[in-house]
Amino acid sequence: MSRTRTPVVDGWFTGDGEDFRLLGTRCSACGSVFFPREDAFCRNPGCRGGELAEVPLSRHGRVWSYTDSQYRPPSPYVTDRELPWTPHALIAVELESERIVVLGQAVPGITVADLTVGMEVEVVPGVLHEDADTTWTTWHWRPTEVTA
Amino acid sequence: MTGEVAVLGAGMHPWGKWGRGFVEYGVVAARAALADAGVEWREVGSIVGADTVRGGYPGYVAGATFAKALGWQGARVASVYAACASGAQALDTARAQILSGLADVVLVVGADAAPKGFFRPAGGDRPDDPDWLRFRVLGATNPTYFGLYARRRMAVHGDTVDDFAQVKVKNAALGALNPNARYRKRVTAEEVAASAVVADPLRLLDICATSDGGAAVVLSSMEFARRHGAADPVRIRAVSTVTPRYPNTVLDLPDIATDSAVAVEPAAGTFRASIARAAYEEAGIGPEDLSLAEVYDLSTALELQWYEDLGLCEEGEAAKLLREGVTALGGRIPVNVSGGLASFGEAVPAQAIAQVCELTWQLRGSAGDRQVAGARVGITANQGLFGHGSSVIAVR
Ligand SMILES: [Zn+2]
Repeated sequence: MSRTRTPVVDGWFTGDGEDFRLLGTRCSACGSVFFPREDAFCRNPGCRGGELAEVPLSRHGRVWSYTDSQYRPPSPYVTDRELPWTPHALIAVELESERIVVLGQAVPGITVADLTVGMEVEVVPGVLHEDADTTWTTWHWRPTEVTA
Repeated sequence: MTGEVAVLGAGMHPWGKWGRGFVEYGVVAARAALADAGVEWREVGSIVGADTVRGGYPGYVAGATFAKALGWQGARVASVYAACASGAQALDTARAQILSGLADVVLVVGADAAPKGFFRPAGGDRPDDPDWLRFRVLGATNPTYFGLYARRRMAVHGDTVDDFAQVKVKNAALGALNPNARYRKRVTAEEVAASAVVADPLRLLDICATSDGGAAVVLSSMEFARRHGAADPVRIRAVSTVTPRYPNTVLDLPDIATDSAVAVEPAAGTFRASIARAAYEEAGIGPEDLSLAEVYDLSTALELQWYEDLGLCEEGEAAKLLREGVTALGGRIPVNVSGGLASFGEAVPAQAIAQVCELTWQLRGSAGDRQVAGARVGITANQGLFGHGSSVIAVR
């Protein structure tokens, strides 16, 4: 039996492998970029508002900071309470051309010991968790020098 | 500059894990503040409650809940929610009522019975709520944000985990002197280092706990204070309750990303720094005038960040200030002489009010063993979710 692959949130990312991208929106009037996507109104207070068009974000960025969660996070984060807790590293990544910092989990196997501020990372498709019917997909940050 | 209001009374329910309801903590604090002010509850023209968020209505309508518990007497009422800044916005509401002449005496109350463990969002499937999303998609708890800030300080300013531990050592020593604090034991740097990592690089003793607790103040017009025989009361001179400026480029709770600075150049100074700047401007004073500061040490590293954001030192020099003992009791500008959230824990709607209670006692010279000698001017700083942040300046 195969599970359906479903994004944990609709419209935040797209594609596979090398074509995987985070999706934001860009205001046609002032050029502001939004992630998570803003689809209703431009949030620049000096902008009268324009069309908000979907735009893929840069694949590569640099680590702004990082941490982890050594204790199991509460719901609505989904974990299997039967299994011992293994923390994910969380990385805040600065995307140069968008001048935005985006938080995400590191790929499995990468711990805080593998990371430094300023290190280059790339966005890759990842799995958040699986249940009986569904594989919930997400984005992960992966250090580019590491092949984990 | 706006006018001043008097702090006639301050009161708390001791903080801890007492297993009772938030109404009880609030009423005990309110009665203590009224007794301290020498004001009868029937004389109070308005009550402002800082809201707690629990299932059911009473927590969301804190003003009326406390009014009912104290005995309905017809006072004007307001209830304020602004996450961790709820108490400060309740004070701001009370002050505005007094300055506009809507009320002469206002009782401000905040109290909470905190849940165990991490704070978490309300239940249900709510993908339109950023607070729900950061848990669902990333498992990002409040301490993970504190961990990000701490690691960033280490990388940019060269702070060390021992610097962070020394904040705890300082605050625990002060909390040991405070009968209202939950934790009243001194802590060593070795004990901090031996505690479990929660969110790298922060350990259990770097992060504040959740607590039960209550705090209240009685505010009045200066005219009422004089008539009441308080010729020289502690006065509130500023309450800044500002929002960030777009683009907000420091990742903050509960957001998954910052604003992009691609189209608009960010203002000089961060949101946190603008909170204090607005208060200084309103009060007509500067950081050099301060006798003490009470700041939200949600983590040890965050206390250091506040030193810089309050202008106590230049950017990157907070750890140096700490190491030199400037922010300890007896130093030039003691910070968190109450013991801080490190010693109290978080009782969300109460904590910004509790900071003002501490300023009141310090400025009266009645803070006992933790008294800052000759205290004349104090500032508080706090920050809540979703761009809420406030700073209160009190003078004597
Ligand atoms: Zn725009």
